[in-house]
Amino acid sequence: MKIAYNFAFFDEGSKREIRRATLKAIAIPGYQVPFASREMPIARGWGTGGLQLTLSLIGKNDVLKVIDQGADESVNAVNIKKLVTGTTGVKTVEVTAEATLIQSRHRIPEIPLKEHQILVLQVPLPEPLRYYEPSEFVTKRLHAEKEYSGAWLMLFEQIMKYGNMSSGADHPVMVHDRYVMAPSPIPRFDNPKMNYSNALILLGAGREKKVYAVPPYTKVVSLAFDDYPFEAERFDGMSCRLCGAAGVFLDELIHEETGETYHQCNDTSFCLSRLNSVSAKYQEVPLNE
Amino acid sequence: MNDFESPILSVKNLNKQYGAGCGHCRTGDEERLMKNYCPKCGTVYACRHISFDLYPGEVFGIVGESGSGKSTLMQCLYFDQDVTGGEAYIRTYKNGEVNLFGESSQQKRHIRNHQMGKVYQNPVLGLRMGFSSIGNIAEKLIAAGSRNVGAMEGRGRTLLEHVNIPVRRMKEPPKNFSGGMQQRVQIAKALSNNPPILLLDEVTTGLDLSVQASVLDLIKKLQRQLNISIIIVSHDLGVIRMLADRTMVMLDGRVIEYGLTDQILEDPQHRYTQQLVHSLL
Repeated sequence: MKIAYNFAFFDEGSKREIRRATLKAIAIPGYQVPFASREMPIARGWGTGGLQLTLSLIGKNDVLKVIDQGADESVNAVNIKKLVTGTTGVKTVEVTAEATLIQSRHRIPEIPLKEHQILVLQVPLPEPLRYYEPSEFVTKRLHAEKEYSGAWLMLFEQIMKYGNMSSGADHPVMVHDRYVMAPSPIPRFDNPKMNYSNALILLGAGREKKVYAVPPYTKVVSLAFDDYPFEAERFDGMSCRLCGAAGVFLDELIHEETGETYHQCNDTSFCLSRLNSVSAKYQEVPLNE
Repeated sequence: MNDFESPILSVKNLNKQYGAGCGHCRTGDEERLMKNYCPKCGTVYACRHISFDLYPGEVFGIVGESGSGKSTLMQCLYFDQDVTGGEAYIRTYKNGEVNLFGESSQQKRHIRNHQMGKVYQNPVLGLRMGFSSIGNIAEKLIAAGSRNVGAMEGRGRTLLEHVNIPVRRMKEPPKNFSGGMQQRVQIAKALSNNPPILLLDEVTTGLDLSVQASVLDLIKKLQRQLNISIIIVSHDLGVIRMLADRTMVMLDGRVIEYGLTDQILEDPQHRYTQQLVHSLL
């Protein structure tokens, strides 16, 4: 196939502008850096922020993995992979450990990331205070003054309404004791993985035109109250139907015919690699035992 | 000097203008202005050289016609707007030695969250209409550093009971409430962190008479119980007569008269005050 585009779709100037914003984001952990979000061949809100980061960073020797809510084969992930390989020719993988660049929608992989890896997260709403304060002018000031009562107020409201902190995803975090950040809609289960992560985590919001970052080995604390500590989702007594893994993030599925509820690893490549190793040894080895 | 004699808040020479001013009006010459604005450049002098002291446990009234700068003065004191010039000192903040208007915006926020409470004429300004009433009270407590849900809920419950909001409606958002109830939630919010200074801006305007009376009763009661100092702005002389110990009369951004409330109302000196008192129905 003859590639009619520049390497990685964008012209070099665009890539440089995005990388410049990214560098600033890394220098100020958790701070939302505005950038000139480019027109993309996919619609805004479908991962253009993450994709622009990926395209600006990718090199010929990179190995790419794309996940959409834990799955490597869903439409969004496949299309993004096609676009990137079509314009760069880089290798794509499903095994997390082999990838150098991982673009993800709403999950951090189960396998701990390494120093040479970069995780790119797609962000729909980068502003953690948006529901509390609709005006960007005002939220910018609130960030500047480190005035985050709004973020706590939203959690307080959840406790008043539901008796606990019920944020299903996107539970706000304090980065490097300075900026409150929306970790993108990852489940609370993944929040602790950001804390002192070995890998660089970049977050891109294409529609909202913001880039922000958690550099490696940076303190990331999920917001909580003294008497209502932060809790991740728990899957006590549950394990994956396929690979038997426990202590990982599980999807709840309902069997269409029998109506029976069962659970399965949300991270498909993790599940697959376990299945492969299990079938090789002919035995079941639960992960956390 | 004992506590009773030293002011909790003193404002010195506060100025607020909208517009840069021009050669015609910058001289500060009264005759060159039309009411409070400059006919040449259109600059509005909303507050001019306002100085006063507020003493502990005192209710200080400010009256004046609409557009006289009362609300602007209150907004400046609560840092909703920046002043053009002037100084303010609070005794409980850095021993009253630091000019509040010169502080950074973080410090101003701190002062606002720890030293002051404000009740706006329009509850939309003072409350988050979509959040629960108890959440509204918690907001102020969170801003003042509390991170304990149980304590904040308890405090909110006590305050809402204090202002006669039924406990079962505590978790409802204020947008479901009547104007009088919203005003009472605002008062509860303003009082949540025991501020030494409470600013009330036309709290009863727009409420019907019986609700007005109950809100005024409540303010009077709270003020006696908690011994807070209140600045109350109103164009309703009845409210001022009932609540204020001392009163200041404003016209076109200037203070034209001040003194004991009785004295002002019984023996007004300035022509405008005389007119104001005599037009009282």
